[in-house]
Amino acid sequence: MTLTTLLLLAAALIGIGIYGALSQQSFVMLMMGLELILNGVMLAAVAFWAFSGAGVPEGQLLTIIVMAVMAIEMAMGFALVVAAFRGKQADMTESLTGLKH
Amino acid sequence: MESMNHGLGVDIAFLLLATLAVVTGWRVFRTDSMVRASFFLLVSFIAVGVIMILLAAEYLGVAMFFMMAVEMTVMALFMVMFMMNPAGLNPMNMVHQERIAIGAGVAGFLILGAMALLATFPDQPVPAGLEPVRSLGNEMLGESMLIFESAGLVLLTTMIGVVVLSSHRGRYGAAAEGSMPPGLEPGGDPAGKPEEDEAGEGGHHHHHHHH
Repeated sequence: MTLTTLLLLAAALIGIGIYGALSQQSFVMLMMGLELILNGVMLAAVAFWAFSGAGVPEGQLLTIIVMAVMAIEMAMGFALVVAAFRGKQADMTESLTGLKH
Repeated sequence: MESMNHGLGVDIAFLLLATLAVVTGWRVFRTDSMVRASFFLLVSFIAVGVIMILLAAEYLGVAMFFMMAVEMTVMALFMVMFMMNPAGLNPMNMVHQERIAIGAGVAGFLILGAMALLATFPDQPVPAGLEPVRSLGNEMLGESMLIFESAGLVLLTTMIGVVVLSSHRGRYGAAAEGSMPPGLEPGGDPAGKPEEDEAGEGGHHHHHHHH
């Protein structure tokens, strides 16, 4: 377990996440891709904190902030899914063709 | 490298957890069942959480378990409520622009991986005497209190925004008013009837129209 292997793992998770976020048609599957990207980001932040940051507390704080971002992303994402479903009865990105309410 | 002087056991555990995280992360997009996909994602997050604990960030690792367990359960619930094929009874592969997506994913991995391999980062491991949980707590409720409190405020704003967005009473009248399902093919006829209004108020409104 070195910084390099940890960063490679983070890069793999981010890569899979990018694929998922760009390729999935279902809103919730798309959000899963975003979550995987943030998963990799958090792992990289903790790896840097542990190996390069000499244990400065801000490194851990950054991870907490990413976790908060993740919670916000999930909550707003699900709210938008509900709103889109009420308005269009749709659960796929292709069904949304405009920015009307 | 005193504090990072871990044994072979940690390395083996890391290797297994890293494999688990990547394989389950990949399976998220390769399973027929959306509920199963959310649980694969949960396993991937838990593997990363255990790696964080191996890295001495105990608080963050454990916080990850709790947060992701709840999040993925909510996700599975949403799958059952809204999405087609939550149980994976039919083969499912709903993707668009897949080539570009694969290319972007591979490019992202290669660029970030090249940075991990080629860049030199300072070698400053966590000092031996550091208590990670205590130091994080002191930081959050001391120097970085404003950041911590701002995060709380943003979460409150999110809650209000979520209620506004998902309310049955939309901003411009009933949220489901005139809602039609999308066509079976792009630009085709709607695949069904407009949704019946469940709310009492909406039903009343409907009633007036007929007279």
